[in-house]
This record gives sequence, structure tokens and C-alpha cells, in this order.
Amino acid sequence: MREPDVVPVLECENLHVSYFTRAGEIPAVVDFNLRVMPGEAVGLVGESGCGKSTVALAIMQYLGRNGRIVKGAIRFRGQDLARMSEEQLRRIRGSRIAMVYQEPMASLNPSMTIGRQLVEVPRYHERASRVEARERALEMLAAVHLPDPRRIFDSYPHQLSGGQQQRVVIAMALLANPELLLLDEPTTALDVTVEAGIVELIREIGERFGTSMIYISHNLGLILETCDRITVMYSGEAVEEGTVAQVFERMRHPYTRGLFDSIPLPGTDRTTRPLVPIPGQLPLPHQRPKGCFFGPRCAHFCEGLCDRPQAMQVVDGEPGHRVRCARFRDIASLGQRPQNERTPPPAPGPVLLEVRDLRKYYELRDRSLSGLWRGRPTRWIKANEKLDFTAREAETVAIVGESGCGKSTFAKVLVGLESATGGAILLNGRDISRLRIDQRDPELVGQLQMIFQNPFETLNPSHTVGAQIARVIRRFGVARDRREVQARAMQLLDLVKLPREFYWRRPRQLSGGQKQRVGIARAFAGRPRVVVADEPVSALDVSVQAAITRLLTEIQRENRTTLLFISHDLSLVRYLADRVVVMYLGHVVEQGTTAQVFAPPYHPYTEALLSAVPIADTRVRKKRILLEGELPSAVEPPSGCPFHTRCPRKLGRICESELPPVREFARGHRILCHMDPSDLRKMEPVISFAEPQATG
Amino acid sequence: MAAELEVHGIEAPSRIRRLLATLALVRESRIAMIGALLVGFWVAMAILAPVLPLFDPNQPILPLQKPLTPTPDGQSTFWLGTDHKGRDVLARLIWGSQRVLVWATLATLTAYVAGIVMGVTAGYFGGWWDEALSFLANVLLSFPVMVLYIVIITRIGASPLNIVLAVTFASAPGIMRIVRGLVLDLRNRDYVAAAQVRGEHPLYIMFVEILPNARGPLIVDACLRMGYTTIALATLGFLGLGLPPPDPDWGAMIAETQPMGAFAGHAMIFPALAVTSLVLGFNLLADGIREISLRD
Amino acid sequence: MLVLAARRFGAMVLIMAVISLILFLIFETDKLAVAGKVLGPYSTIEQRELWLEQHGYNRPFFVRYGEWVWSALHGDFGTSIRFKVPVSDLLWERLANTGLLAGLVFLFMIPLSLTLGVLAGMREGSKTDRLISLVSIVTTSTPEFASAAFLVALFVFHLGWLPGTSAMTSGFDPWQLVLPVTVLVLYDFGYVARMTRASMAEVMTSQYIRTAILKGLPRSRVILVHALRNALIAPFTVIVLQLNWLLSGVIVVEVFFAYKGFGSLLYEAATFGDIFLIEACTIVAVFVAVFSQFISDIGYMLLNPRIRFR
Repeated sequence: MREPDVVPVLECENLHVSYFTRAGEIPAVVDFNLRVMPGEAVGLVGESGCGKSTVALAIMQYLGRNGRIVKGAIRFRGQDLARMSEEQLRRIRGSRIAMVYQEPMASLNPSMTIGRQLVEVPRYHERASRVEARERALEMLAAVHLPDPRRIFDSYPHQLSGGQQQRVVIAMALLANPELLLLDEPTTALDVTVEAGIVELIREIGERFGTSMIYISHNLGLILETCDRITVMYSGEAVEEGTVAQVFERMRHPYTRGLFDSIPLPGTDRTTRPLVPIPGQLPLPHQRPKGCFFGPRCAHFCEGLCDRPQAMQVVDGEPGHRVRCARFRDIASLGQRPQNERTPPPAPGPVLLEVRDLRKYYELRDRSLSGLWRGRPTRWIKANEKLDFTAREAETVAIVGESGCGKSTFAKVLVGLESATGGAILLNGRDISRLRIDQRDPELVGQLQMIFQNPFETLNPSHTVGAQIARVIRRFGVARDRREVQARAMQLLDLVKLPREFYWRRPRQLSGGQKQRVGIARAFAGRPRVVVADEPVSALDVSVQAAITRLLTEIQRENRTTLLFISHDLSLVRYLADRVVVMYLGHVVEQGTTAQVFAPPYHPYTEALLSAVPIADTRVRKKRILLEGELPSAVEPPSGCPFHTRCPRKLGRICESELPPVREFARGHRILCHMDPSDLRKMEPVISFAEPQATG
Repeated sequence: MAAELEVHGIEAPSRIRRLLATLALVRESRIAMIGALLVGFWVAMAILAPVLPLFDPNQPILPLQKPLTPTPDGQSTFWLGTDHKGRDVLARLIWGSQRVLVWATLATLTAYVAGIVMGVTAGYFGGWWDEALSFLANVLLSFPVMVLYIVIITRIGASPLNIVLAVTFASAPGIMRIVRGLVLDLRNRDYVAAAQVRGEHPLYIMFVEILPNARGPLIVDACLRMGYTTIALATLGFLGLGLPPPDPDWGAMIAETQPMGAFAGHAMIFPALAVTSLVLGFNLLADGIREISLRD
Repeated sequence: MLVLAARRFGAMVLIMAVISLILFLIFETDKLAVAGKVLGPYSTIEQRELWLEQHGYNRPFFVRYGEWVWSALHGDFGTSIRFKVPVSDLLWERLANTGLLAGLVFLFMIPLSLTLGVLAGMREGSKTDRLISLVSIVTTSTPEFASAAFLVALFVFHLGWLPGTSAMTSGFDPWQLVLPVTVLVLYDFGYVARMTRASMAEVMTSQYIRTAILKGLPRSRVILVHALRNALIAPFTVIVLQLNWLLSGVIVVEVFFAYKGFGSLLYEAATFGDIFLIEACTIVAVFVAVFSQFISDIGYMLLNPRIRFR
């Protein structure tokens, strides 16, 4: 319990923040309360548009010209920040309150060296001498575990990797030893294994410097790994707050429940615990209902009770656990999550797609003088090096790996946007690896379709939704007559559960999830045999992700389509895939059925990947494996095993000199590693479960 | 189409209403409004020139009359005075607007057709084609604009068609660069990949999938370029390299009166004002449209 | 970096070669016309052919072109038909006069446009911004001959403060430079100012400026160190390229004010049909333009650490 005599580091009281636009006042944050005690880490979680970043900017008093705190106070050590002069604020910013941002590259000045940017903090806040400031900056670079601080100090931001840049931003924030650190989605732009390193660092900071933190994220798993308490936000309001244990184990607000139900958790799978999306959409600020903002999407909505403005209430017997719901007591007894109405997956058919020894190199002309001097003007980017796997009809095969592993290159070769350098891709026994799209006949083109990652780019903003679907239908000759085409397009809208009037809508009138639905409709319009989905949900909010993934698998099963699901999100893959292919630097390092890949024996990279995935379940115990170093360049990949430069289980010389053998452990479960098979078999599972009582 | 739509009981929004709604956007920016008014004024003048009660623009009446002087017969007024040859300045201004607007529009249009075709194909195909076109553009852009005009026109003469040709040579490379840049950006969008994946013809991708999405910046650029072209035509007129006299030309009007500016300042000032206001109109329109498009 | 610069230099030489070839093609393919220009309109065909033979015009085209390039590289552009003196004698004197004009224009335009642009871009949408934007859009909408007309009407005819021509017939007179310089500055500064403003405004909304402000740096340091360095990259390249525009404006202004510079020389050559002079002037103008492009590219590389350190 809180001790009454301790002053909170930060306190938001009854905070209302609005943006004033041409359309009028837009309330972004409404009636928000938050208290951060010394040494405490508070998580702020919610989906995009819930106002969590606005809270951070309000704390920094950086709301832009049209943003304003209309009501309430933000007190830092008891002083209202909103009443401070620019000069007072300047002294606090960067020295007593510091911030870490979402996009490290954009947050660093591109034309100043890292060192100059770091040195400014002690120079301006403590009037430190040049020498002293430089010493401290170098120390801090070492403290955030950057290798070779001197080299980093003299580098420009673009010469560093994303993970290194974020460490620099964190170092900059810590240089003045702040009392409060704001972290606004600090790992969203990074790969999972890099994210794991940053999260570890953040946790270390909390322990070592005792800094209070506000950690803003959309990822419940990350909050669990870093925070003591959590506030869940929805549409500008806090809907639930409490300790991590209270909220993660005994959540009371229907929205919080909805969030947990829509994210994949380990230990469960799609048959025992299917993902349940939250119905409906986040209301825009001016469309918010009078009563509970979540009312229109809530299964427990009760007239006369929920259509009045809601206040935060303390949960009985749990001090500090508060919830903004009129019916939380009734709902607790109603309890259960919606039941699974899904059919078990269909039996996979015969092998449809076979990838054999596939290689794809890009030419890289070295035009520098030294390149000409050494007489090797062309080098090769080895994007895909020896890919081997198969996919059956009606099967979902996940291709997993971090950015730069070559998974998108493979997709391009498969659909014919690029042609392979070597090897073969057999579709129904026919090699298509060297057929570029203009050499493929329309039937073949129709058989291989694609769903894209970015919902904001997947549809052409200049054409209506209907026109774009109709074009595909005509293109693949599904229907010719105009009426028929339109009728078929309408059916496809039905299929992806969009209202038919969307036929005439333009993409900008659609939300991200709706656009992605249209993207799915478009991919299935030509009745394809194989659909490649390139990270189709990674840019969407979690509650929408669940809906889209579910829709995608349903359609795929009904049509007995083979789905190649490219993703970096292992927890999602576990829910979705029949088989998994793990890629690293153009190689398949492990493949097998989902159960095989997620259980030992692992490839050391798979093991690290699994360990890096944040999991929003307090019962889960993970083995902690952090990868050192950076992803090597595909231009000069390491000799021998591609993973040897970062492998925590590296054996020695042999890993550097020889490409490991592919060993089959169970039927179809293959691992590319030099380790002794018996040692691999002895590995422990990365994810295990504590006894339910243990945390209760 | 309407019959089909009723089958489903859903109304499709009409194309005309959408177009009107787009045009109404101009009202949202005061800058764009002023620009549209200025341009609209001159367009109206150009169209109405034949029906307005004006003197013959090439007919000498009475030289060097100050503005607002009544005509000798007392029936009418030289609202803007007369020039050194005794021609009515107002009539020459208005007929001059017709001339500049017609040829500027035509020249800009040709330049756009050439520039778009070059830019879209260069940006989309890349490779040697892009390099060749870009080099060609660089060669043309290396000429200071006026030098290019002078070279072309001294060589082939100052006929209306040759002037259109000269403007095309001078403007198309710039348009090509802009279009190429836009296409290089747009061709990496997923919807372009989607079109490629379904095996669309490159021409379809270039002109149906990519080009419409470049229209925002191109409309802005077209307005600016109308302004430049107006300046260019008037400058050529001023240098005596423009359309042949005696038909009124704003630039030539200034050049003709300049030596006796002390007596006929007005005959120099009004054409200068006319050019400036028309160009300002185009520039304000461009600015306003840019502002509106950035707003959403 | 060095390689990039070398490649740019190569491109520059190539463009110059292509343009000289084009010019030679345009003006000297029709040999009889050349002879006609030199000997006058009343010369007979026989006279013209004799002249062509005497001056080596009956050799193959590329031999003539090669010779022409060779002598041009040595500063010999032939003899002016109109002035009957070597073209190079005319050229250097006129170039120097124009250089003086252009130098003065840059001297005033650069500080003026950069200051106004930065002031406007610092706070997008403020009163200062709107005023500066309006002024610059009006001045860029006023072509040189129009603003010259306004200024002459006001300062020469109405107030009588300044001379209306800049022929400098009785020796050098700085007052005669005031109007030409003003006219050119007026037309050119707006464009650079608007560029600077856009660049500055974009930088001010960037995330690294937010970082700098939230780091607790004083506003002066945020603007002078963090913003300006990045915001001035784009205007720098534009300013250098402005030379190209300036050359066009120079022609109009020199003709308007009868200033004996390079622009009026080109103009006179063009109206008279003085082929050798046109060729020389055009080559020089293009060289200035291409060279400024080269300088601008090199400057961009130097200013942008992303290209400098890869």
C-alpha cells in the first residue's frame, strides 16, 4: 500500500487534453488520473488512438500549437507543470523528466554526431565542462551496453543499427539521471530479438538507477515484463488500473478482457482457446457515446446503467485496483469467455508447392574506386541461400524470421516479381522459379496471390473498393458480364464480412482492419491455390489482428487454399500455422510442424526467438536468452553456419568453417546445426508454466 | 449503372456531385479563393473579349491620352488611356489576355503530355531508358530558360506553334523530373505490387494505378507552371521574340512604351499589372491547393 | 565521396560535349546560311561558296566540329559578324559586367531570403510567416520587366531619384546599378525564401527537433544548431541553381536598362543573327549553368553526412 508521506514523482489529476482543429475541439484524453511513486514503473496500455501518447506529450508539455490541457493538473513533485514558464520547463525537460521515443532514427539529428548530441545534456543542464561532459557521455554509452563507445560517439545516427540508435536515445535520456523516464513505444520499430535486449536494458535501469518510469505500449506482454502497475486506456479514458498481478490475473473491465482474449498466449492453441476479436470499432472522439465509451462494443451493455457517464470504482478487497465499469461486479460472476464455435482444421491434401534448393542473389555493383582497384566490381546480396520446404493443399505454412532474413524476397520470387538465381519452385510439379510474372499464363498468375503488410498502401486510394475487387474478378476471368462481376464482388464483401455499401467507398473512408479485409477479398477473388500473406496483421491493433487472422484462416480452409503466412510474431504463428519454417539470413534453420518447432529440440536461433517474444501471462516462466551483436550483412554473410556470429551455443571452429548438416529429428522436423543431436534433444523448453497458485 | 444499383438497394454516389464537392474545396482556403478569382477574372475577360464594348485594339485613335480621358467624340472614355500610337490600352489589355491565356494553356498542356509520358515511363521502367531520358532532361535543363527560348526562336522563328514547341522543350524536362520522382515513390506501394502480382500490363499499372495518385502535386505544379509560362510568353513579347505584332501582347506593350515612359507611364504600368495579377492568381491558386491537400 | 564527385564531373563534361554538338548542329549544318550571314543578304551564291571554300567549310562535319571545339577550348570563338572583332574580346568584358551585377544580386538576395525564410519557417502559420509568405509570393509573381516598369515609373519618372538607364555611357556610375539589382533581387529572393521556409518548417516539425526541445535545450540552440544545419541543405542547392534563373532574368533586365552585360550581348547577337556570337554566348551560359549544378551537387554531398560518411 502507498505510504501517505511519500510524495509521488508524478501525478495526473482529472486531466483533460483536447486538440483544437478546424472541425472544433477534439477531446483526446478525458478524466485521466495517474500516480507514479518513486522507483515505480507504470505501464500505459491501449490501442492506437486511445490517447496514451497524448498523455506522454502532455506530461512533457509538448502538445503542439493546437493541443491544450483544458482541465486538471499534472504535478511533478507536487508542482503543476502546466503553470510553469518556458524556462522552468526547460530546466526540467531532459534533466528531471526524460523521454525515449518510438522511432530512434527519426529522433536523432541526422547531421550531428552522436557525441555532440549526448554532450549537450550535461553541458546545458549542469554546465559541465567539455571534458567532463565527454567522459560522462562515453560512460553512459558503455552503461547501455553499446560496444566500442568511442566509435559510436563519433558516428552519425545513420551509421548505427536501429537497436543501437535506441540505446543511444536511452543513454541520452539517462545522462542527467532523471527522476522520471517516459518511454513511448520504445521497441515498436525494432525486431523481436533486438526488442528483448532493449527491454532487458530498461529493466536494468529501473533496478540500477531507481528511476520512475512510465512505459507506453500497445503490447501487454512488454508491460508485464517491465512494469509494476498498469493503466489500461480506451478512447481517451483510463478504464482499468491496478498492479500488474491484479490486472493480468483478475481483470474486471470488459475491454481489458477483450484485449486479453484477442492476443495469442502460449500453452493454449487455436482449438482450446481461439482468439476472440472485440466486435465493432474504436469510436472517433466526436462519435463517443454519452455513457460508457465501450458500451456499443460491450456484450454486457445494460440500458439505464451503462448509458450514463462512468466513474472509476475501486474493486472490493483490492485496494489500488480500479475499474471504470458500472457492472464489473455482475460481470465477474458471468465470467467465461465466449465459446469456440470453430471447426477443427481440415486434413491437408497432397503436396502442392515444393521449394527445392532455392537461391536468390541480387547483384550489387560496387562502383567505388577501391572496388574497381581490387577488381571485383560486382558483389552479390545473398537474400535466399538454399531454401527447402514443401506446402500441402489447405495447409498453413508460416515463414518466420526477423527483418533481413529473406522471407519477403522469397515471396517475391514465388509470385514472379523476381526470378530465382538457382533451385526450383514446383507448383503442382511445374517449375515456376524462373518464370517472371509476364511470362506466366493468366491461370498460373491467378493461382498465386498475395496479401500485403501495410493496410494503408494495400488499396489504391484513387479507386473505389468495388472497382479494385471487380478488376481482379475480370482479370482472372471469374466473371465477365458487368452484373455478374458486381454480384461476385458483393459476395466477396460478404465473405470478408464487410457491408455491401463498401463497394462504392474509397479506401480513405476505411479503417486499417477494413482495408486489410478488402485486401483479403482481392487476393481470394481469383480463387487462388496458394496465397502468400506478408505480415498481414503486423500493422494492426491487437483486437483487429485477431479478427483478421481468424477471417483469413476461415476463408483459407473453406477454399482449401494453401496459405504461406510470413510473420515475425511467433505467438501468432503458433495459433495459426500447421507447419513452421524458421529463416535466418537466407537459410532455413529449422522447420517442422508447429508443435515440433515450439518444443525442444530447438535450433539455437529458434530458442532465442521464442525467448524474445513478450508474453502477457503472469504464469509463464521464460528462459532468458539474449542475442549479442548485430545481424550480419547479406552481402558478406558469415562463413560456415550463418548464425555463428550471434549464437549463444556456438561450439567452436566448426561453426565458423562449415555449413552445418540438416538433421531430421522427427518426421519433417529438420534443424540446421552442428550440435550433437543428443545435446539438442536435451534442451529445456523455453516457455514453462508456474503453478497457478504461485502468483495468486 | 443506376438500374443495377437499385437491384441491391444501395445508391452509388454520383460522379458529378463528387466533382462539385472537390471544386468546393477551393472555398476552404482564402488564398486559393483569391487566386481562383484573379485567374477567373482574366479567363472571363479572354472569353468575353469579342462581345465587350471595346475599341479595336489595333486602331490608332489619339496618342498618349491619360487614363479616364473622354474620347474626342465624347461618347466614350479611354478608361486606361491610350498608348504612343493612340491605341486604347484597355482594349489591348483584354485582347492580350486572350492571347496569353490561349497559348500559355496550350503550351503547358503539350509540355505536360510530353513530361508525363517521359516521367512515368522513366520512373516505372528505370534502367537504361530512365538513364537516357534523365540525361536528355539534364541536357535541356542545363540551358538557362531564356537562352533556350532565344536559341530555338532565333533558329526557327516566332510563330505561335514554334513558341509552343519552345515552351515544351523548356518545361517538359522539369515536369518529367517531378513525375519521375513521384512515380519512383508510388511504384513501391503495395497496391502496385498487387497489380503486378495479378499480371497487369505495365501501361495499365503506370496510367491507372500510379498516375492518378500523383495528381495532387501535379495539379499544384501545373498551376505554378501556368504562371511561369505566362511570364515566359510575356518576356518573349517584351524582348520582341514573341508572337508577331500588331496584335496586342502584354510584354510587347511594355517594351513599346518603355522609351517614352515619361509621357506614357500608364501604358507601361497597366500591362505590367495585368501580367503580375494573372501570375499571382496562378501562384496563389497553387499555394492554396497545396495547403488544402496537406490539410487532410 | 570522391568517386561521386568524379562521376558528377564526368557527367558535366559529357553534357557540355552533347550541348556543344547540338549547338553546332543547329547553327552550322546549313553552311550556305552561315556564309549568307557573314557576307550579308545581297551576296551571291558564288561568293558564298567561295567564302565557304576559303574558310574550310567544305571539310567533313566532324572535322569542322572538332576544330571548333578545339579553338573554343582555347578561348577562340571566331569573329563577331556584327561587331567585327574577335568574339572573346567582347565576351570577357561583358561577362565581367554581368558578374558584377550577379554578385551584387547574390550579396543582397542570400541574406535577405535566408533570414526571411527561416523567420517564416520557425513558426509555421504565425503572423510573421503569413506576411513573409505573402510578400514573397507577390514578388515572385512579378516578372522582371513588370517590376522594372513599376520601379522606373516610381523612382525615375515620378520621384526622379534614380537614372532610368544603366548604359554607363559616361563612365562607371554605381547609382545606375541600383534599379537592375533591385529588380533581380525582388524576383529571385521570393523563391529562395519560400524554399527556405518550407525546409525550415519541415525540420521544425521533425522528431529530432522534438528530441532537442524535450532535452531541455534553450530555444536559440535548438534553432541555430539543430534546425538550421538541416534546414539549409535544400536552400543551398537552390541558391546555387538560382544562377541558371538569374541568367534568364539578366537578359531582360540588361535589355530593359540598356546595361552592357552578357545578357544584352546575347540578345543583340540573337536579334542580329550573329551566329558565332550566339554560339559562344550560349556555350558560356550553359557552362555556367552546368558548373553551378556541379557545385550544388558537391555542396549537397558535403553538407549531408549521410552521403559523406557511408
